[in-house]
Amino acid sequence: MEPTYRIELRNVSKNFGEVQSLSNIDFKLGQNEVVGLLGDNGAGKSTLIKILTGYHQPNSGEIYIDGNRIDSLTVPLARKLGIETVYQERALAELQTLWRNIFLGRELRTPFGLLDVKKMKSETNKLMLESMGFTSNAVNPDSTIETFSGGEKQGVAIVRALYFDAEIIILDEPTMGLSLKETRKLLDFVRHIKDAGKSAVFIDHNIFHVYSVADRVVVLDRGRIAGEFNTDAISLDDLMDKMYRVAETGSLD
Amino acid sequence: MSSETEDLSGVDSIPEPQTESIDWKNFLRSNATQLGMILVFFGLWLFFILSAPETFLSPQIYLAFMATTPLFAIMALPLTMVIIAGEMDLSFPSIMAIGMVAFIFIFQPTGNVFLAFLAALAAGVGAGLLNGGLVVGIGIPSLVATIGTQFFLRGLSLVLLQGQGATLIEARGTFVYNLLVGKTFGGIPNQFWWSIAIAILCWVILNRTRLGAHIYLIGDNEKSARLMGVNVNRTRLAVFIIMGVAAAFSGVLASLQVSFFWPSLGEGYLLSTLASVFLGGTSVFGGTGTILGTFLGSYIIGAINAGIVAIGLTGFWTELIYGLIIIISVSMHVVMQKRIK
Repeated sequence: MEPTYRIELRNVSKNFGEVQSLSNIDFKLGQNEVVGLLGDNGAGKSTLIKILTGYHQPNSGEIYIDGNRIDSLTVPLARKLGIETVYQERALAELQTLWRNIFLGRELRTPFGLLDVKKMKSETNKLMLESMGFTSNAVNPDSTIETFSGGEKQGVAIVRALYFDAEIIILDEPTMGLSLKETRKLLDFVRHIKDAGKSAVFIDHNIFHVYSVADRVVVLDRGRIAGEFNTDAISLDDLMDKMYRVAETGSLD
Repeated sequence: MSSETEDLSGVDSIPEPQTESIDWKNFLRSNATQLGMILVFFGLWLFFILSAPETFLSPQIYLAFMATTPLFAIMALPLTMVIIAGEMDLSFPSIMAIGMVAFIFIFQPTGNVFLAFLAALAAGVGAGLLNGGLVVGIGIPSLVATIGTQFFLRGLSLVLLQGQGATLIEARGTFVYNLLVGKTFGGIPNQFWWSIAIAILCWVILNRTRLGAHIYLIGDNEKSARLMGVNVNRTRLAVFIIMGVAAAFSGVLASLQVSFFWPSLGEGYLLSTLASVFLGGTSVFGGTGTILGTFLGSYIIGAINAGIVAIGLTGFWTELIYGLIIIISVSMHVVMQKRIK
């Protein structure tokens, strides 16, 4: 029997006007697999993940989630299917309160259809204490995000992705702007995703970060997949050599 | 919450429980604008009583005030939502008129006030769809789009009725008339109750529905809202429609109140409505603002209006003062915003 992939893209292309951002991409994310996505600026990493999250629709090609063909993947549908994303731009609303940001786009409602503000605040308070580690009295569910540090904001974006019991977590350059200690915690967190039986796509500029947590690395170059490697079958040095070669010549070998 | 989440901030100490006094401090801080406004309101009131005691100690002025303030308060409340969403609507004075044109088109042949009232509200929905369609569908900035529709709808009203007004005397005494602009509890105009009802309705929409949550989000950061799956266009369209209906409703109240429709209906409401919203602390950049603030703002503007005349200044002063209020309240907000950052 053919294995079912959590996500599978077949022959996906995307262009923005004249600019061909992705051409004929075949991409798979397996059950309980962490895939690292590597590539230079403009290689198409962000476009690829925004297709996975339903933000962009491909011009051609097919998207399968858990083996089912999805005709038109939108952000609400992707979230419903268990895909949560930690965006590079963090996707926070900075003037809004912490609880509004945690439940951004997926607000909890009472049986009458009105917002369950009380529950959202108490859940936020619980998340703050258990997961975000906010301990200062100045921070509460009603604090606005603009007062938070970069690491705290990233914490909010990650905790939000986890709250909704996502099966697939996509992390777009999550280490950007984080301190060393915060970065280490983040990499531990990606390993936890794997231990919990879930899947993740991890995009990062830093090849060391990607190599240390990914089962498989996909190298993108100028909108094409230049190659894929299982991290247990290639050494870090070899991978780095190949990345340099791709950047210079467009070919891995 | 799943068990694999990690403490990401790197602090491991046990948090202290929050105490009552901190909640109070937070309450004061997060409601500072509204509390300040309540003080301003009573300060102004005292000032007016001292400067014109005969006027401000008699009930007449308050009854007049309760009849006229709701006319722009009812529009300032939904306009608050429009501005929080990061948009602007300058066409509402003309929507008041076009709603009444629809009213008269049904009322004159049928004599049915209820149907005419529904027609006015439907025209409001139509005007809101027009504004929203230009902004969402074509992508015109709402400030410009609604300047266009302001003139277009005013012109349309004038053309359709050939610049003529229309009497509404026959509507007097009907159920709808009494419901909308009648008097209760020994003379309190119903417009006043309507302004409270609509304030509550707007508060519920803004604070207790997904639409309201999304209004704040798209005004704050449209990109984030889109990334997290908020339907930005549908939210925008909704605020323009709510604004349109409210303006048409206010147009009906204003016309029934004087039993006559003037084709210039709505002119003069632009400044007082905008001043109410900005005095109420709504950010001109979108993302923040409250219904309570606008409600208080409206009644302060109404009081100033009454006060200026009662003190003996001419009506010319009102425009000057409203303009000043808009400039000062928006400037204060921008300066405070910069200090936080």
